[in-house]
Amino acid sequence: MSVTEAGNGMRSYYGRPVLKEPVWQPEIPAYFFTGGLAGASSILGLAARIAGNETLARRALYIGAAADLVSPPLLIADLGRPERFLNMFRVFKVTSPMSVGSWVLLVSGGATSTAALLQWTGRLKPVMIAAKIVSSLAGGPLAVYTATLVSNTAVPVWHEARQELPFLFGSSAVASAGASAAIAVPPAEAGPARRLAVGGVLVENVLFELMQKRLGMVGEPYSKGEAGRFRKIAMGCTLGGAALLARPGRRSRLAAVAGGALVLAGELAVRWSVFRAGFQSARDPRYTVEPQRERAQSRTAPAPADGSV
Amino acid sequence: MKTLAQPTGSPAAWPDTYGDDARERMGFFTDTSICIGCKACEVACKEWNLVPEDGMVWTGESYDNTSELGANSWRHVAFVEQNTSLRGDGQADALRWLMSSDVCKHCTHAACLDVCPTGALFRTEYGTVVVQEDVCNGCGYCVPACPFGVIDRRHLPRDSGDPPAEILGLQLGKAEDGRVWKCTLCYDRLKGGHEPACAKACPTDSIQFGPLDELRERASKRLEKLQAEKWNGARLYGHDPGDGVGGFGAFFLLLDEPEVYGLPPDPVVTTSHLPSMYRTAALAAGAVALGVLAGFLGGTR
Repeated sequence: MSVTEAGNGMRSYYGRPVLKEPVWQPEIPAYFFTGGLAGASSILGLAARIAGNETLARRALYIGAAADLVSPPLLIADLGRPERFLNMFRVFKVTSPMSVGSWVLLVSGGATSTAALLQWTGRLKPVMIAAKIVSSLAGGPLAVYTATLVSNTAVPVWHEARQELPFLFGSSAVASAGASAAIAVPPAEAGPARRLAVGGVLVENVLFELMQKRLGMVGEPYSKGEAGRFRKIAMGCTLGGAALLARPGRRSRLAAVAGGALVLAGELAVRWSVFRAGFQSARDPRYTVEPQRERAQSRTAPAPADGSV
Repeated sequence: MKTLAQPTGSPAAWPDTYGDDARERMGFFTDTSICIGCKACEVACKEWNLVPEDGMVWTGESYDNTSELGANSWRHVAFVEQNTSLRGDGQADALRWLMSSDVCKHCTHAACLDVCPTGALFRTEYGTVVVQEDVCNGCGYCVPACPFGVIDRRHLPRDSGDPPAEILGLQLGKAEDGRVWKCTLCYDRLKGGHEPACAKACPTDSIQFGPLDELRERASKRLEKLQAEKWNGARLYGHDPGDGVGGFGAFFLLLDEPEVYGLPPDPVVTTSHLPSMYRTAALAAGAVALGVLAGFLGGTR
């Protein structure tokens, strides 16, 4: 066996990766979490307003605004040239989910913080209502675009999961919004929040399993190494937290706070797991080369006359 | 309307957007069958483009101590030692040494350019892909988007003439350069009517520079010759405009499968799937809204 051959017969250049690992730091998965929380919370706030649950509406709005406000500093801190963050708004570029997302965050952050400020001061009611509508319209895209952003790379474990990741991030966002509202609102008025947390957690865990099953070999990084460890932590925290919220959390504020905190910790772990899986997937040339080799062979078999690949 | 995400057969935003300033599409044909592994291309590139030194390591991987393309290596010569004969009539104890000078592919459909949120990456009038270093804010999106692992962020200290910025007494800039860098196909030399530094320095003409159409013809003839002479594994890589990135602006004649040189066997530009990804995102965003509303079905409190 030559040095260019991996153990399973796949050939590579001294086992070196084909792709570059992402250069993103922990701020990015933290933003996946806060962005999701902000997006789903602003929808929750408006829905609660329409349903007439005043406490839930107010607190979800404030949670959404807080999450919206911490998001830009996280993103700016991760830039290689933070002082040039405004360059994100030089262009609007559909082919770049990061460009689209920057504008979505700008609109969402502006609208949600305006709505929260006016709600708090009790001024300019029509503007406040308009801001709430805008912020909840931007909420859905804000909660899921980060999944599209990572899917739109050459990293196999992200790119091949492009049909599932937006739903995974979306359900994680709904669970985060539900859990944080269940912490902030007394149990008697937090019914919808608890249901969202429990429902989001269940959907997310089922989706994650289905996604891994469908991906097969390419999906291995999700259950290996650091990504795999955080996936297990996430499962334990989210399901445990959901169980607390579903039963004792209905009466006991303490149980609701503990359950909500567990779900939030779990959601953060889910983001971290997906994030790190991308690094693991890019690092091992197997995940890049093997599926491409299969694809190339199935297309060109038998070998073409001109010897091209 | 054509969007950048849809493969069109020729680079988006070229040549139409340039009007009279558009030039013929220029590129590289790297014929690895005559590469002698001298690394003059690596050196010439560093010299001309002022690409900084980023440390010395001995890898033990044949004569290759550069290892990969990156922010500080825009040409990289790969060395592969094989127990294979160069020609098809092989003896049992044969040995061949493959050498190949890798470079940015200047893809027809370039993922790095598509995903760049600031417009720092752009398509030049020569159909090449270049980073504007005064615009790049180091978001890092192009790094995992490139299917070849070419572009990377520079982690070396910032230029002393370009100190970190301070805003309201807060140091906002970082100590490292933080921007992304890659081969520019010597955009400045092209503008002056010169060939890129690596091609100029290559003593065997393994690196050939010229109009892409011309290079493709020349490469086909060269392949025919090698195949007639029964060279083992001779093939073109990246010459086909119908491949997953619409063909490379810098393509290769290889003597083995691409992965042996650390190249992906069937690269696809990620944005070719972007329309379906946006549809999925829209559905998921709708599902989030409906999901939240569903939380109120069991009661509003």
